[in-house]
Amino acid sequence: MKGSQVAIQNVEKRFGDFQALKNVSLDIKKGEFYSLLGPSGCGKTTLLRIIAGFEDPTAGAVLLDGRDVVPIAANKRPVNTVFQTYALFPHLTVFENVAFPLRLRKLPGAEVSAKVEQFLELVKLPKEGKKLPAQLSGGQKQRVAIARALINEPSVLLLDEPLSALDAKLRQHMLIELDLIHDHIGITFIYVTHDQQEALSVSDRVAVMNEGEVVQVGTPFEIYESPAHPFVAHFIGETNYLSGTVTEVFRDKHVRVDFPDIGTLIVYEDKPLKAGDKVKVTVRPEKIRISLDKPASLAENMNLLQGRVDELIYSGFQSKFFVRVNEKAQFRVFRQHVKFYMDEKAISWKDEVYIWWNDNDGYVVEVGE
Amino acid sequence: MTGAVQSVLGKIKGIMNTGNKPTGKFSLSVFLVVLVFLYLPLAILILNSFNASKSMSWEGFSLRWYNELFFSPSWVSLWKTFGNSAVAALTSATAATVVGTLGAIGLYWYRFRAKKAIQIAAFMPMLIPEIIIGVSLAMLFASTKLPMSLFTVILAHTTFNIPFVLLVVMARLESFDFMIIEAAYDLGATEYQALSKVILPAVFPGIIAAFLIAVTLSLDDFVVAFFVAGPGGSTLPVYLESRLKLGIPPVINALSVVIIAGTVVLAFLSRNIVKYMFHSNK
Ligand SMILES: Nc1ncnc2c1ncn2[C@@H]1O[C@H](COP(=O)(O)OP(=O)(O)OP(=O)(O)O)[C@@H](O)[C@H]1O
Ligand SMILES: [Mg+2]
Repeated sequence: MKGSQVAIQNVEKRFGDFQALKNVSLDIKKGEFYSLLGPSGCGKTTLLRIIAGFEDPTAGAVLLDGRDVVPIAANKRPVNTVFQTYALFPHLTVFENVAFPLRLRKLPGAEVSAKVEQFLELVKLPKEGKKLPAQLSGGQKQRVAIARALINEPSVLLLDEPLSALDAKLRQHMLIELDLIHDHIGITFIYVTHDQQEALSVSDRVAVMNEGEVVQVGTPFEIYESPAHPFVAHFIGETNYLSGTVTEVFRDKHVRVDFPDIGTLIVYEDKPLKAGDKVKVTVRPEKIRISLDKPASLAENMNLLQGRVDELIYSGFQSKFFVRVNEKAQFRVFRQHVKFYMDEKAISWKDEVYIWWNDNDGYVVEVGE
Repeated sequence: MTGAVQSVLGKIKGIMNTGNKPTGKFSLSVFLVVLVFLYLPLAILILNSFNASKSMSWEGFSLRWYNELFFSPSWVSLWKTFGNSAVAALTSATAATVVGTLGAIGLYWYRFRAKKAIQIAAFMPMLIPEIIIGVSLAMLFASTKLPMSLFTVILAHTTFNIPFVLLVVMARLESFDFMIIEAAYDLGATEYQALSKVILPAVFPGIIAAFLIAVTLSLDDFVVAFFVAGPGGSTLPVYLESRLKLGIPPVINALSVVIIAGTVVLAFLSRNIVKYMFHSNK
């Protein structure tokens, strides 16, 4: 595996009184596609700039393959960046933009040409070398920026929201291409984004950040399926969020939780809990089943509730139901079709419905006193 | 001529009535009208500079006015003032470009108190009538006992050129993505390489444009120079004004053609210089 292993150790960053990063520690493996995901202003760019060498951490260390790079200037680090605004040199052609790092190293012309052509090929722009950046589309500029950042053969590529200036369709397309380039080159990618879809779809692992802190690190599956923090549950996808009190620990890794407005439900837990603990629980809307008819037979590990459809939002590939269970409690339920079976009656506004879900799909995200 | 105007007016009316988009034909005719307005007087002037007659009536092709302009002893002093104008234009434009470019970078890059006020103060001279600038500078020079000369003209022109340079260079900086500086470092450039290979080339078109504007403004200026030029320091416009009080001799047609030709050559050269500098690192 090529690329570097990157270790961020207890990094802090203060701008005057403002603490942009609070004790951030991350371990990024060689060749990993690693995403930093979080809302605007959470410190993603700041962390990336510290790795690139544009900012010094107030405290802590950044190690590349075990070597502390904080004392090394940005232009000497084996790390290159794809900037959000592309940052192409406006006065140079595409070819010369990509050749820039090689020209700095005064490589012979033939070698430069061969290498630039190879990298323009990689980003699928073999014919645009003579154009100026102003003559390119957004997607093409992005490709040039990627080729330019890769031509020095860095051991780590940093990408700061590289797709945010593109339209949704193109974004999907470029994301897949980035993934292919990553597979092809094999170096470590650190990818900053505030878009959870982007992070979940291509990353090997994701670090979710909030207000200068890393709140959870995990594979996309772990982040989505077992959020370790209420913030993660909220930030990644939509969810139902309930507060209650544990009444009984039973079976393997399951608890009964009493929710004041709803009743007692069975919830999965992987944390040590005891009766009396106050907990917050999430249930993803797409894990809940909905029907007009009461399910004939229900396994004992199912939670069943009855309610009325408050609102129904049709959004093409799925429909969203807002089901009111009582005055204080409403559930979101997503389902792909208004009807599953030919003979089924479509659920509509104001209908009385049953909703149920597997007890493993309710997940404890926070334990209070 | 009136026919063309009539048809343009007719078309404008047509557009307003129907809400149609302007057609290519319409914009073409407007373009032609503008060209005619701009270039007809020039064409008459150029034609007349080759006219053998002293009056406007055509009496055959001749280079007599050019001969008089370049070789007649009565126009020698014109060439001296032309030299003054050139010296004043080049020195004041150079000085204003240096000061204005640094000022623009400073105003753009750094944050400090009273920045807005300084910015407004810097642009103010552009709005003040030239005659006031001329009079006030003349009073300033008089009170400092600085003798009026070509030097005072250079000082004055530098002063009124600075705001224009500031404006043009700042406009260029506005469109400048400062991330390209970080990109240069990121790709391995040293500080000097970032400056010489990225920052200056990227701002350069703005600096050249500012310099050319400053040269033009200085060459063009009559009012300010009129007040601050001393003995031996007259510029071409000041000299011509005194010489032409009694009527316009046909030699002036020839001089105008020379100046127009000079301008065209300069514009062409500067364009190619910029082009050359931008592609020289191949
Ligand atoms: N040079 C600076 N001086 C002062 N504050 C700064 C500076 N750079 C960043 N900050 C602050 O640090 C916080 C984190 O900024 P950062 O740019 O890292 O956020 P981000 O996660 O990249 O957000 P976004 O998704 O909007 O790009 C912000 O509140 C920002 O205002
Ligand atoms: Mg950012």
